[in-house]
Amino acid sequence: MSMLDKVAVRMIAVAGLFGAAVLSAPAQSQELAERTYGFGTPVTPEDLAPFFSIPPSGRGLPAGSGTGEAGAQVFADNCAACHGEDLAGIPDPGIGGDRLIGGRGSLASEAPVKTVESYWPYATTLFDYVKRAMPFHAPGSLSDDEVYAVVAYVLSQAKIIAPTDEMNAQTLPAVEMPNRDGFIPDSRPEHALYR
Amino acid sequence: MSSVPDSNKSLSPAKKPVARRSADQAAAVADPTRRRLLAGGLAAGAGAAVAALQARPAAAAGDPAITEIQDWNRYLGDGVDARPYGTPSQYEEHVVRRNVPWLTADPVSSVNFTPLHELDGIITPNGLCFERHHAGIADVDPAQHRLMIAGLVDKPLVFTMQDILRFPRENCVYFLECAANSGMEWRGAQLNGCQFTHGMVHCVVYTGVKLRYLLEEAGVKTNGKWLLAEGADASAMTRSIPMEKALDDCMVAFKMNGEALRPEQGYPLRLVVPGWEGNMWVKWLRRLEVGDMAWHHREETSKYTDLLGNGKARMFSLTMDAKSVITFPSGDMKLPGPGFYNISGLAWTGRGRVRKVEVSVDGGRSWYPAHIENTPEPMCTVRFSFPWRWDGTPAVLQSRCTDETGYIQPTREELIAIRGANGKFGSIYHLNAIQSWAVDSEGGVTNVHA
Repeated sequence: MSMLDKVAVRMIAVAGLFGAAVLSAPAQSQELAERTYGFGTPVTPEDLAPFFSIPPSGRGLPAGSGTGEAGAQVFADNCAACHGEDLAGIPDPGIGGDRLIGGRGSLASEAPVKTVESYWPYATTLFDYVKRAMPFHAPGSLSDDEVYAVVAYVLSQAKIIAPTDEMNAQTLPAVEMPNRDGFIPDSRPEHALYR
Repeated sequence: MSSVPDSNKSLSPAKKPVARRSADQAAAVADPTRRRLLAGGLAAGAGAAVAALQARPAAAAGDPAITEIQDWNRYLGDGVDARPYGTPSQYEEHVVRRNVPWLTADPVSSVNFTPLHELDGIITPNGLCFERHHAGIADVDPAQHRLMIAGLVDKPLVFTMQDILRFPRENCVYFLECAANSGMEWRGAQLNGCQFTHGMVHCVVYTGVKLRYLLEEAGVKTNGKWLLAEGADASAMTRSIPMEKALDDCMVAFKMNGEALRPEQGYPLRLVVPGWEGNMWVKWLRRLEVGDMAWHHREETSKYTDLLGNGKARMFSLTMDAKSVITFPSGDMKLPGPGFYNISGLAWTGRGRVRKVEVSVDGGRSWYPAHIENTPEPMCTVRFSFPWRWDGTPAVLQSRCTDETGYIQPTREELIAIRGANGKFGSIYHLNAIQSWAVDSEGGVTNVHA
């Protein structure tokens, strides 16, 4: 009998002796108890209330609504100073707002222009980002109605929706962005170099 | 800021004309005026490096540095506690993080660079680790800081800092590299000095808790495939992380190099995502949400995606591939004359360990193995060195890293052949190409594409 066979026989013998105990329910719960430490306290509904993170499905979008028509004033008051009255962006030092519209059809060119209109795959991303981090100097200061309205304004200026279209928790995730299919998983073909 | 544009001009390769730039596009092309300003700003650092290299002038009489009694030899110095938190010598004041003002519009949402050319070994001092903020530095009170785990978990939990400090902890050395590090170089040699070409990387010892322990405490449901990490700063920055990575080697860190995280590095708590792009290492970490799919938030759609020549963009390109850079000699330095030099640099890979580093002094025609000075560890930099006797003729210095997968650091041309070169808004991220430093016959060192 080789050494390897001997080891195998011994392992089977051990499994025979203790296998039943290892698989029993009390042993499992013992193991679970050892894998957790009991630190932390349960989250309450009140704890969850301030937070949001909107995926493309729209899950978690708040109540409220707004149209592009209503959003024009929100934009003028809160966004135009950095992003420009024409939404073309102001890259100057101390301002630095990204261009928001235009650039469709430019992505494969020598001068690609990446904007909400030409590049962003989901309208929900715009809502999440505006509610999360805009306006730059006063993030979180817009009401949900104002966020819906200013998102509708950008989308309507980009001619993705009509100025009268109402954006809300149902309509926003259904918006089809022009570059929805413009993204591919990262297959990193560079890894094949020198192989 | 001293200004010696003329002395630097001779070291600078011809620059391409101005193009429009945007706040978030690090691929901007330098205009000559701004480049000159930058060169002026760099002169202090470069000058010191040059001075340190100067040989002692020959003198008939004795050397005053020896024959004259210096103040520090004559008078008593400060006692203990005069400097309760020690800082570097006054003669090292030029060794600081620096930014490039024209790269971004507002310093509150900007980046600065680690002075790699002034550092040695592999550990970056805490005060010199490059910064990248989206809404400035959050000044978080640890007593008021909470980490919440919610979403697809059995038991949503909130941890205080005290809770987190009770878990078993680990200490690991990891590099952190911004996906846009070197990104300015896609369109040509833009910046001189490796602080600016490669300074969006640092490497420190992290102390923290395996993310897996925290997730197991809450109990991830079987359909929990992604994790959203959210910061407590004014941008509440978010990134989606595949659950497989989260349960593998991610860490929730509260110390760096043995002391509490610096505020600019996420005090009191940051996410550590070894080997993956720095943007995912969410600072001031306050919330983790488990979900069944990625959130496709702004930082993983509008930014940190890689537009290819065909107009399609790669998404979730998260791994940082093998890369290296020679930090001495490097751009904006001047070699005092022919003779021996210890070429030194850093190499790293997001796919395990560095296996090999090679150096070329003839622009990549011939390669020689470099000495790796520390034991390679996963997702950790190595310091390499190579003895070089410069004969005074023009040379082009390069280094290339091979990682344990067998992948060899490519040239920029090889990367462009795969990704396309569709303008400065095309490729921005993941430029891990071989860096070239040209040494001219006067000893001046410049950033070139060779």
